[in-house]
Amino acid sequence: MDALALEATSGKKLANGAAMVPPLPAQGPVKRKPAKKAKKAVVFFEVEILDAKTKDKLCFLDKVEPNATIGEIKSMFHKSHPQWYPARQSIRLDPKGKSLKDEDVLQHLPVGTTATFYFRDLGAQISWVTVFLTEYTGPLVIYLMFYFRVPFIYAPKYDFTTSKHWVVHLACMCHSFHYVKRLLETLFVHRFSHGTMPLRNIFKNCTYYWGFAAWMAYYINHPLYTPPIYGEQQIRLALIIFLFCQIGNFSIHIALRNLRPPGSKTRKIPYPTKNPFTWIFLLVSCPNYTYELGSWLGFTVMTQCLPVAFFTLVGFIQMTVWAKGKHRSYLKEFRDYPPLRSPILPFIL
Amino acid sequence: MASSEEDGAVEEKENNNKKKTKSALATAWLTFYNIAMTAGWLVLAIAMMRFYVQKGTHKGLYRSIARTLKFFQTFALVEVGHCAIGIVRTSVIVTGVQVCSRIFMVWFITNSIRQIQNEESVILFLVVWTMTEITRYSYYTFKLLHHLPYFIKWARYNLFIIMYPLGVVGELLTIYAALPFVRRSGMYSMRLPNKYNVSFDYYYCLIIVMLSYIPLFPQLYFHMLRQRRKVLHGEVIVEKDD
Repeated sequence: MDALALEATSGKKLANGAAMVPPLPAQGPVKRKPAKKAKKAVVFFEVEILDAKTKDKLCFLDKVEPNATIGEIKSMFHKSHPQWYPARQSIRLDPKGKSLKDEDVLQHLPVGTTATFYFRDLGAQISWVTVFLTEYTGPLVIYLMFYFRVPFIYAPKYDFTTSKHWVVHLACMCHSFHYVKRLLETLFVHRFSHGTMPLRNIFKNCTYYWGFAAWMAYYINHPLYTPPIYGEQQIRLALIIFLFCQIGNFSIHIALRNLRPPGSKTRKIPYPTKNPFTWIFLLVSCPNYTYELGSWLGFTVMTQCLPVAFFTLVGFIQMTVWAKGKHRSYLKEFRDYPPLRSPILPFIL
Repeated sequence: MASSEEDGAVEEKENNNKKKTKSALATAWLTFYNIAMTAGWLVLAIAMMRFYVQKGTHKGLYRSIARTLKFFQTFALVEVGHCAIGIVRTSVIVTGVQVCSRIFMVWFITNSIRQIQNEESVILFLVVWTMTEITRYSYYTFKLLHHLPYFIKWARYNLFIIMYPLGVVGELLTIYAALPFVRRSGMYSMRLPNKYNVSFDYYYCLIIVMLSYIPLFPQLYFHMLRQRRKVLHGEVIVEKDD
């Protein structure tokens, strides 16, 4: 089943087992002076892992290095329970508490030399990259099927015909461009904080994206499609909004990527850069969502199609929820977070 | 320092007082609401029985109680609000689905499709709803007054075992009976071409609604069964985690 592509986390020294020899003083180029002194006494930890619900003892690890990370402990636990790969382990100090992070170091946690952790199975996991690629390829392909009027969708006399309205061709180009952009960003731009998400998410997400894509595409490419009321003016304005927001969205993705060195999971406050499209950071915490909303508003005006408006609305609601969460965690994490910023809409939301 | 400590204590007391008045207000409102709803559904039950005893037939029964039914069933929408603001500890979604399915039946089926108002299936679900609601609202009322007779608790958590399926049967049969009339009249439907570039067929929508009972009804039914085990038998249910 595994479609896992776990990001390599730093510090996986103990990938091959529990018992480790205590670190001897440097034997190579002598950098440290006290090398001749007696070995520093290293207090090994013992780790027991209990099931968070049944409190059964699942695993006991002795001779664990004090500077071992939770990630390393997860690997060790995986050895004794091969069905629970590290990505689906949630290790916590308290059965009902928050999950510990992979980077947390054993000796810095509030535990004694015998540490008790609670384990929760997060269920089958799938990598974010896989989910994104699948959920974005669907709309791309599905929309094109409707655009080319593949058989069994519309009446047979329309099979493989094309619409006589040029806005329909434009809409197809915009929609396809949008999803190709998303696919490329997934492959080359985004730096994900988490490696995986629960497997059931892929079904949920794909139903949403693919379902809406089919619903929109059906009407836009329908033989009885009605072009926008205000004609060329409306379409031109909509196209400008759409392109503006696509560039904006891309600029934000690049700016966010540059905040984070490769392979790291650091979090920093994003600030405006030289690119004018990023100046919106002055007013908004998650401008990528703001631009995304703008793009879909543009597409709605361009196609004058109620299902598209509906899709825009639902997306807006979801992105607002995400933006508010992100904004809240920025405020919690950074004391000096700029107070002028709103989560998604300047001054409003 | 002492005065700021005092201020802190005073503020905490003020907050506590605010919380207490809020929960007293909530309890007062909920008690009033549940008494009113119990009374409303009792009135409905009595009106239905009177009609049947006097006229000897169920034809015309729906028309006679339609206004009362619409009022009290629609008012139940506030229960979603109760869950949303937290004065009732139930999931907003479960309550929402329940209330919406009732509103749908009342306003979009029986109210708008006159030809099916004299169907037996309508009487079936009306009887089921009435019995269920009277039990439910009196249960909440007594609970709020801290004076719950065991038989009410028993009724609330046992009657549903037959009431729920019977109600579903009544509702589904009613929708099924309505289908030909919907198709013929094309009500609530919109066809292409139109300037919104959308279409809607109420007939197929109803078919989808009927099919949606298949996944939704078992979930609600088993939710009630789990509640029943917890309340009546004190079983500790280990919920499936998300």
